[in-house]
Amino acid sequence: MLTITDLVHSYGPHRVLGGVSLSVAEGELVSVVGPSGCGKSTLLRSVAGLLKPSGGRIMLAGRPVERTPDDLAIVFQDYSRSLFPWMSAANNVALPLRRKGLDRRRRREAAMSALDQVGLADAGAKYPWEMSGGMQQRVSIARALAYRPSLLLMDEPFGSVDAQTREDLEDLVLNVCAHHGMTILLITHDIDESVYVGDRVVVLTRSPAVVAADLETRLGRSRDQIATRQLDAFVRLRAEVGRLVRGGHTTEPTSVLEKQ
Amino acid sequence: MDYARVLRGVAGAAGFLAAAEVVGLSGLVDDRFLPRMSTVLGAAAGLVADPDFLADAGATLTVWFLGLLLTVVLAVPAGLLLGTLPRAEAAVRPLIEFLRPIPSVAVIPLAILLFSDNLHLKLAVIVYASSWPVLINTIYGLKDVDPLAKETLRSFGFGPVPVLARVALPSAAPFIATGIRVASGIAVILAISAELMAGGSEGVGIYITEAASGGRIDLMLAATLWAGLFGLVADAVMVAAERRLFRWHHVRTGGAR
Ligand SMILES: Nc1ncnc2c1ncn2[C@@H]1O[C@H](COP(=O)(O)OP(=O)(O)O)[C@@H](O)[C@H]1O
Ligand SMILES: [Mg+2]
Repeated sequence: MLTITDLVHSYGPHRVLGGVSLSVAEGELVSVVGPSGCGKSTLLRSVAGLLKPSGGRIMLAGRPVERTPDDLAIVFQDYSRSLFPWMSAANNVALPLRRKGLDRRRRREAAMSALDQVGLADAGAKYPWEMSGGMQQRVSIARALAYRPSLLLMDEPFGSVDAQTREDLEDLVLNVCAHHGMTILLITHDIDESVYVGDRVVVLTRSPAVVAADLETRLGRSRDQIATRQLDAFVRLRAEVGRLVRGGHTTEPTSVLEKQ
Repeated sequence: MDYARVLRGVAGAAGFLAAAEVVGLSGLVDDRFLPRMSTVLGAAAGLVADPDFLADAGATLTVWFLGLLLTVVLAVPAGLLLGTLPRAEAAVRPLIEFLRPIPSVAVIPLAILLFSDNLHLKLAVIVYASSWPVLINTIYGLKDVDPLAKETLRSFGFGPVPVLARVALPSAAPFIATGIRVASGIAVILAISAELMAGGSEGVGIYITEAASGGRIDLMLAATLWAGLFGLVADAVMVAAERRLFRWHHVRTGGAR
């Protein structure tokens, strides 16, 4: 459904993406992990059509991405900047639905049901600044869900919430992916998280970033914060991803890192 | 509202009035030229029932309101345009920076030459002087819009105009409102200055001129007092409206409640 081929991007003379290739199949949850500043957000913004990359090709549902694709939603790390403070949570969630041509009542219904899914059934009338960070990020996620995108992009969505909330939100995303059959590309710099949520983990090297490895997690769809993290497969994979992220700048050829 | 602060303000004003009264009673100044404060306050109270004054006040109020309305209608769209087109803004910025510091009252003589219609003249000088804060604040407010907020809506497929209407405008609204409040104060000053300088048939400025030429300094000061009071009340009403409408903004910037 999403195919990225040889994506290259430079900010002025500074090359950030050095030829990234990866693909995401329909219904898959792929996590992209890499060191801070390696170009993960640049990658995501290119996929979203918010930034025109210097080179390479991005195909979404068989069509090249030129402008912002129609059927896409993003959850950003910085919920406090990405939610609109002059609107209630319900209106924040409902706003993008204008693009779908839904009337006011339908938008409201869709917003309420999305808020219900993220556990905020009673918070629709609250304003973002009246909510905790975790609640705000739930609203952002609800906004993306209500939109029913064919591709959901998440840029370090749990980077600014406390540990407990983070685990809750990870499980929420896993549930959503399973429930709606949504295709998700989730970016993180957290090695543990990348393995826990991903069907596949794509590891990027330091910038200029290339794909260091593309690993299937094979942990099954039903995961548990404690049990899954104790599995041998999880522990081994986490160690491997950790090594790759740390040593990612060496010129280790990708072929050496066999797919698991 | 902070009652202690209000109380202190009231105490200060009362203290000033009392001191002025004492100076008047002491006979230090000739009360033909500077009437006693109690006389002025009495005259001010009397003006409430003076049909001449009420007609003049109504005329000034109308000019003030129309001028402010025109200012908003012209300066907000101009600011939105300049705020979204940085190149156009760069082109007109030097002109703005040159014109803005010129004391607005100084354009009244020019306006007197240009406009034969008294109402047009007043509106023109009000709009000229009041537009600056609205224009500058609108441009500033648009620059202050969070790029991530705009990107969020863009990522949902909204084009530039919907993003302007749904993100940039609401986000800049508190700044625009402050600009309009400042403009309102300027509009009061310009309305009365234009009446004083350009004459005409009605307005508080005309009332003041006539009271002065009739030797009624108490009435003159009383009318001035009402003009000042009106500016104060208009400002307070707008501050209250801003706090109510843009609570999200004040919470965010950690400003006063
Ligand atoms: N708009 C920009 N202009 C110039 N440099 C940028 C811009 N955005 C990001 N960069 C730089 O590109 C590099 C990669 O940024 P980013 O994609 O945000 O990395 P990540 O999300 O992996 O932390 C960083 O060194 C960053 O400083
Ligand atoms: Mg980033």
